[in-house]
Amino acid sequence: MNEHDIDYSKLNLKVGLEIHQQLDTHKLFCDCESKLNEKKGIVFLRRLRPTQSEMGEIDRAAVAEAQKKLCFYYQTADTCLVEADEEPPHAANDEAIDITLEASFMSNAKIVDEVHFMRKVVIDGSNTAGFQRTALVALDGFIEVNGKKIGISTICLEEDAARKIEEKKGEVVYRLDRLGIPLIEIATLPQIRSPNEAKEVAEYIGSLLRATKKVKRGIGTIREDVNISIARGARVEIKGVQELKMIPKYIEEEVARQLGLIDVKNELERRGIKNVKTRVMDISSVLKNTRSAIIKNILSKTGRKVIGIRLVGFEALLGSKFCALPKAKKEKEKKSPVKRRLGAEFAQYAKTIGIEGIIHSDEMPAYGITIEEIKNIKSALDIEEGDAFVIAAGEEEMVRNALNAVIERAKQAIYCVPEETRDAQPDGTTTYSRPLPGKERMYPETDIKPIRIDQKRIEKIKLGLPELPERKMKRMVETYKLNEQQAEQLIDENLDIIFEQIVNKYGMAAVISRTLLNTLPELKNEGIDVNKISVDVLDNVFSQLHQKKFAKEAVPELLFYIAKHDADVYKAVKALKIEKLSSEEAERIIDAILKNKKELIKDKGMSALSPLMGIAMKELRGKIDGKIINEILKEKLKKKLS
Amino acid sequence: MRTLQLKKSLKAVNAETGDTIEIISDGKAYAGILMPSHEFSGEDILTIKLPNGYNIGVKITPKTKIKVVRKRTSKEKKTKKIPFDKKKPTIAVIGTGGTIASYVDYRTGAVHPALTAQDLIFSVPELTDICNVKAKVLFSVLSENMQVEYWQKLAKEVANELNNGAKGVIIPHGTDTLGYTSSALSFMLQDLNGAVILVGSQRSSDRPSSDANINLIASAKLIAESDLGEVVVVMHGETSDSYCTIHRGTRVRKMHSSRRDAFKSINEGPIGKIMADRIIFSQDYGRKSSGKVKVKDKMESDVALIYYYPGMKIEHFNSIAERSKGIVIAGTGLGHVSTDMIKAIGKAIKRGVHIVMTTQCLYGRVNMNVYSTGRDLIKAGIISGDDMLPETAYIKLMWVLGQTQEQEEVKRLMRTNLVGEISEGRSLDERA
Repeated sequence: MNEHDIDYSKLNLKVGLEIHQQLDTHKLFCDCESKLNEKKGIVFLRRLRPTQSEMGEIDRAAVAEAQKKLCFYYQTADTCLVEADEEPPHAANDEAIDITLEASFMSNAKIVDEVHFMRKVVIDGSNTAGFQRTALVALDGFIEVNGKKIGISTICLEEDAARKIEEKKGEVVYRLDRLGIPLIEIATLPQIRSPNEAKEVAEYIGSLLRATKKVKRGIGTIREDVNISIARGARVEIKGVQELKMIPKYIEEEVARQLGLIDVKNELERRGIKNVKTRVMDISSVLKNTRSAIIKNILSKTGRKVIGIRLVGFEALLGSKFCALPKAKKEKEKKSPVKRRLGAEFAQYAKTIGIEGIIHSDEMPAYGITIEEIKNIKSALDIEEGDAFVIAAGEEEMVRNALNAVIERAKQAIYCVPEETRDAQPDGTTTYSRPLPGKERMYPETDIKPIRIDQKRIEKIKLGLPELPERKMKRMVETYKLNEQQAEQLIDENLDIIFEQIVNKYGMAAVISRTLLNTLPELKNEGIDVNKISVDVLDNVFSQLHQKKFAKEAVPELLFYIAKHDADVYKAVKALKIEKLSSEEAERIIDAILKNKKELIKDKGMSALSPLMGIAMKELRGKIDGKIINEILKEKLKKKLS
Repeated sequence: MRTLQLKKSLKAVNAETGDTIEIISDGKAYAGILMPSHEFSGEDILTIKLPNGYNIGVKITPKTKIKVVRKRTSKEKKTKKIPFDKKKPTIAVIGTGGTIASYVDYRTGAVHPALTAQDLIFSVPELTDICNVKAKVLFSVLSENMQVEYWQKLAKEVANELNNGAKGVIIPHGTDTLGYTSSALSFMLQDLNGAVILVGSQRSSDRPSSDANINLIASAKLIAESDLGEVVVVMHGETSDSYCTIHRGTRVRKMHSSRRDAFKSINEGPIGKIMADRIIFSQDYGRKSSGKVKVKDKMESDVALIYYYPGMKIEHFNSIAERSKGIVIAGTGLGHVSTDMIKAIGKAIKRGVHIVMTTQCLYGRVNMNVYSTGRDLIKAGIISGDDMLPETAYIKLMWVLGQTQEQEEVKRLMRTNLVGEISEGRSLDERA
């Protein structure tokens, strides 16, 4: 089925977004800078285990993580004891709370009277504490995107997780630099109805957050989770989408995956399969002399086994187009596009236990397993017409656990699409990560006092609220006669405040916008340290330009000199000899040029204007407006020729 | 604390903690489970748990409407039987409270001892792979509220367990005063026929990152796999969840307010470490006896521990000295106090107060022969605490005064190494 042919409204597609945006403040619960680094520092090791919550229940997602029994290594450069979970958190960063309040107002949400931080249990190692601290700051808001109201269910302030550096067998390496950076989480209601609308809503929320001017910019500073459901499918949460423009692709892929699984379910129903009958067998002896490199390699180590399961009635549902082992996948992909079928789902569940992959009957013959061996496997597992088998190899307990996960997944296939959390992959697909967490995963963070949001604070925030982005753009276009692209770029690149500050003093919107949007990036490309060109420097330059001390063409050259020599405007103007000339002086210089170029004028007549202009500009650039030079030159040339 | 008004409003609609309630205030409507009030919450605030799991505080005004939507349902706690394996040793776990057995307390919003020792076993099921567990809670106090009676009660209970078949005893204990309790038990329990292990945790057991489970498992391993017959403390050896360190009960001190590896042996190296696959002893240790454990638990509780500081007022010292039978001073450097205070100390000793000098340097030995201040203190009759920790000297003086009040005998006992609290000499590389 072509994705573009899908009628999403017919499928009752419902999409909700969770936008996570890093704030540009210190960390949420300590005074460390919110900055990533490339150093390791001291490394320590921890393990995490699920615990009971205040309601006396253990979260199902936490249990799934615990089954993996992983070691977590943490790199600690430029972080403190709070990130290492060796010191209680300090009071929540006030600035971060203020920014969250701003975003709450901008999205018309109700702010709570007292903010309570919670501990959200996450034991995949991404938080040293085993929980993420998060607080609900506002709820029940809305935004308007393309004239449609989209409900905002919650606005939370939380700490970012540690950064995953490496994942090896049985261990995960994290760096603590990102842990604790404040994040605003804005969650929409599932009122988005198409893949493209999801992207537009995400873009709008992003621009709204950037309008506060206090959010981080760049790759990884904004991340989206996408909640997707379709009729007869299930709610699935895709975590960690980093590229906004990929959102539609993830939604299309997920819808296609769910439709595939609904097909499987219907087929199982048609076959009359009401429950999963299985048989788990050690089939190591069957494959003891196999020539399959993968299996041979595993079996050569002591204590390793090949175990198989029979799945009654599952034949051809696992999908032959998809192979579960990572290396084999690529090969097959070339021949036909991957279609997500049950085999892939099984493999992902098995992998979460820690094995490399599974092999199943629908992909046979493959991996060097011979027809004879397939026959033997089938007989060992009592496979009959219509059955499928799945085998896996490795350390016995792990393989048995992995195959149990496969059986559990097979059971779900009979009912419907399981509710899951899935990880976003760069190619637009997703892989199973864990069951959707239940609400039991939260309990109060007792180390942090509740924070009263009083009227005084609210009034102060209201006074300082930024303009909504689309309104601001409209105003900038109208007031300063910019084109939309310029206005958008200024806002998007956080240059709008500087721009307005200078324009309101000296006018010259076109030159100032050109300087900010073109000249500065060009200088940067030339290797100039543009940090030296501060707002004060710009202000001075345009103040002098306003007083006609030099021509606007001199601005790039002037800024280049200032940054390179750490000079002030006055020195730079002198050194570059760009002090503005009077027209009389200019005329004198032009006269001299004309005199020197008699030959040229004779040869070319009026067409000499252009080369002469070039020569004149070389001498006069920045000292007098180019337009005036052109006029004088034209006048004098005409006179000469007449 | 909620205002009286708020309490009345709740009572009027019969809303109790755990009920699902609806609050309509300022045009906003909230529905959620009524939670206990946090100590630092506003007086006019009700905390509710929303269906999405978040708690929020809602301001209640006289106009606010509160309605109970659904009364709470009480969940029955599942009780499990502790398995018993004849082949495995039996370890007694005696709960005292503290962070290792703790839970969220809604009254203060802080972590408080709440779990029973039995619950602890179920949250650390690995223990049953090592041993049979006999668990009881003797008392449940914050470790800062510990006192002589608790130590005595604990010593008797430990002896009782050891004399009735337990191979060893694990005592989960709050970390703040864990070193005091381990010292007290070291002096009170004699002829130990099994290890007595005090264990704590620096991250409460309600967290996935708690150090409680590893410390507990290591303690059980030590009992099951060694012939140790001393009172020791077992805690994380480093920030990593890698190994635990065994500290002698009279030498151990909490040296950090929050780190997992806060506990250090002072003035001697640790006894050893417990790794996942083996136990390594790095010095000689007391082997367990084959007889019965004896309890000598008499203690004199009128003993004070004073930290000397420049500018300390004589009157302050005197007012303590008047009420005490014994005083341990943590003096400066080699064991000094101000010249003025020496006179006051001399007078107190003449009155019969037993005064012991230790050093607030913690590391190193007291020596009052080097400077005149020290010599004057000796002349005044002060007892040298050698290289004992001030806290250990304090516990020891209480215990010694429980055995004898005779001045020379007190002095002799204080200066004799009874249970590893004093060392004879230290080599240069042993500063641990």
